[in-house]
Amino acid sequence: MIISNCRRIVGGTGEGKTLMTIQPINFLAMVDAKTGTVTDPSHELYGESLKSSVLILPYAIGSSVGAYVIYSLKEYGNAPNAVVCSKADITTASGCALTNIPVVDLPDGTSLPSLKHGLKARVEADAGRIIVGFSP
Amino acid sequence: MELTRDEEKGLDGKYGEALASSYRILVAIGEATGAKRLVPVKWAHISGVNYNTIGDGGMQFLEKFSNSAKVAVRTTINPMGYDKTKPEGIPPSFQERQQSIATSYERMGTTPSFTCTPYEVFDLPQKGTAVSFAESNAAVFSNSLLGLMTNKESALSALASSVTGKAALSDLRLEDARSPKVAVETDFDFTNELDYGVLGYFTGKAVKDSCVSLDNIARLDTMQAKALCAGIGTSGSCGMFTFGGKVKEKISFGKKEAQSVMHELSTADDGDIITLGSPQLGMNELELLAKITESKKFTRRCMVFCSRAIYTEAIKVGLAGKIQKSGAEFRCDSCTCLTPYVTKDRYDAAITNSVKGAYYLSKSNNVKVSLKDIRTIAEEYTQ
Repeated sequence: MIISNCRRIVGGTGEGKTLMTIQPINFLAMVDAKTGTVTDPSHELYGESLKSSVLILPYAIGSSVGAYVIYSLKEYGNAPNAVVCSKADITTASGCALTNIPVVDLPDGTSLPSLKHGLKARVEADAGRIIVGFSP
Repeated sequence: MELTRDEEKGLDGKYGEALASSYRILVAIGEATGAKRLVPVKWAHISGVNYNTIGDGGMQFLEKFSNSAKVAVRTTINPMGYDKTKPEGIPPSFQERQQSIATSYERMGTTPSFTCTPYEVFDLPQKGTAVSFAESNAAVFSNSLLGLMTNKESALSALASSVTGKAALSDLRLEDARSPKVAVETDFDFTNELDYGVLGYFTGKAVKDSCVSLDNIARLDTMQAKALCAGIGTSGSCGMFTFGGKVKEKISFGKKEAQSVMHELSTADDGDIITLGSPQLGMNELELLAKITESKKFTRRCMVFCSRAIYTEAIKVGLAGKIQKSGAEFRCDSCTCLTPYVTKDRYDAAITNSVKGAYYLSKSNNVKVSLKDIRTIAEEYTQ
């Protein structure tokens, strides 16, 4: 599946397995940068690692310090390889811009679940394109 | 997004790496929020000061960044993790790292305010002035009650604004976005600040827009307004409220919704420490606290978090002494959220009136929380 017409928020290309959630993420309260895992039992990605993934989420919420958690994820080698938002937010954009993690957000009318969880995907931010489920 | 020639130079690294990464951040935010250009700001307020929030990664980043970065506009900073004059119980390794962060910010030329309520401490610019506030309660408060214009910035975007003096001209910096399209229609008998904190938390969670109308809300006192703003800032991405407005969509808030928030955040009936603050207390709240604890003593340890500036003022007018007589202990430069003063090893549960405090105490400090309003706390836990 190819999704075109995405908006480039931070340029670049990244590949990985899709980690899809329809729940927003509070990076400060829910993610441990040292392990790269989601630590909030009430979140549907609880226990999952963000490392080398294509993280697909609606947007980030909560503390403004979440941007530093994205920076620390990168420093510890636990960052996603690319991020897809339904509507990119300031925390995600700033954290990923500093660390050069490609970010796009989805064109109107594309639902997050249509991207599916656990598939190989490539985000080509400069072309505004996501390729999901390709054979490497 | 269009940049001026000077901004392009900054982005290309002609003015050094710190400014280049700052412009990279601002451009990404501009793309995300649909800005056509950047706009000058008069004031930046930075979060990401407490070691417990930014960790070693953040500390090392700031050390490097501050070697070449200098503030371009007035820049105030959020609380750090502890009060330097009360280091008891704070591990030396924490203190060292916290000091390193404070030094980095100082080297950049920020004002060492260590407050999450800059709107209570500093002179305010005129209504309509563009600012860049990362602390969420301060962003919501400034947009909604002071007429300043800021987006709900991230720690890094406010830092970028601080050193460039610019921010993306988008969203709540444009009049259009400041008219709400959605309302939270309240049908609730609000009696105290905790009720407003609960409304705020519900609102932030339920509303995706940047601005929301809160219907059927009468005037708020300062304590109620601060609780409301902190609640909204904690749970979502909304950065402003109005008292009413013509909207397309309405969401109901009543007893059931309030109970559901309390069920989520108040996880204990009782606790072994009281923490007041988040946001830090101002003079009004200290006056109230002194009044309701007069000639009484706290039966639990009680920590009162406020800025150094407010504490100094409270000493001057004799208020600090009155509060200390009740056994309460002041902690300056720090606040409830992610403070190493309140840890799981030391306390099973904390009692607080702050919805924001409750959220971070339980999610980040793993301490259970009993949420009660300030008058109830003073009645139940003093004699």
